[in-house]
Amino acid sequence: MSMTMKLHYDVSGDDFTRAGEASGKVKAKLRQLGIDPTAVRRVAIALYEGEINLVIHAGGGEIDVEISPEEITMVLTDQGPGIADVEKAMTEGFSTASENIRSLGFGAGMGLPNMKKYTDQMKIDTKLGEGTTIYMTVKL
Amino acid sequence: MTISDVKNIVSAEIICGEEHINKEVTTAFGSDMMSDVLAFAKDQCVLITGLCNPQVIRTAEMLDMICVCFVRGKRPDEDMIALAKERGIVLMATEERMFATCGKLYEKGVRGGESK
Repeated sequence: MSMTMKLHYDVSGDDFTRAGEASGKVKAKLRQLGIDPTAVRRVAIALYEGEINLVIHAGGGEIDVEISPEEITMVLTDQGPGIADVEKAMTEGFSTASENIRSLGFGAGMGLPNMKKYTDQMKIDTKLGEGTTIYMTVKL
Repeated sequence: MTISDVKNIVSAEIICGEEHINKEVTTAFGSDMMSDVLAFAKDQCVLITGLCNPQVIRTAEMLDMICVCFVRGKRPDEDMIALAKERGIVLMATEERMFATCGKLYEKGVRGGESK
């Protein structure tokens, strides 16, 4: 693979059952390109956690993925409520998710820590009332 | 053991993916919290859960799991079955509870595998 490939997905905020669709498509694409399975799984998990966050916290958003021979970069953008305390949100077990979300199997406070754990770089830009953009990179 | 052995050990019924039941199983992960599955599972073949929604199938997909075993009599709906079929994931359901399901499989040699 010598070129950079770009993928874009709009994530709907009102359909929890479809959350993960974009991540599944990215995973299939990376597999098809013959990318190392460990890297594929790291991207899939980090992106899936991010996609779930877009749906349960931000009312939807957008996912952009760029695949180059050296790395895979993921950018998740939303116009949601923003993250009040990023440091706290990065703490394992800290969650602002409702009981309803917990009953769906999420909101254990592992989302952002997981995204950091499975990627080589992660950066969060957030502003209360305006939204959040998360940048993640997995090196190949 | 194979997925077929898992089915017999925990008295489960195969819901879909019959064609994959001879695949090898060495490890499993049991949880109702998908966040925890994503955080702690690594290279586990079977997801044992009492949670029943499409995100269970998606979680298994992201982690390359080959089988989901629903406990406590939970039954996946048509959408979940369709998702699993597309991804070649075997779904099975047992009336057993989580603790008994895990215990029976552990007794027969299935392990938790590596975590993190």
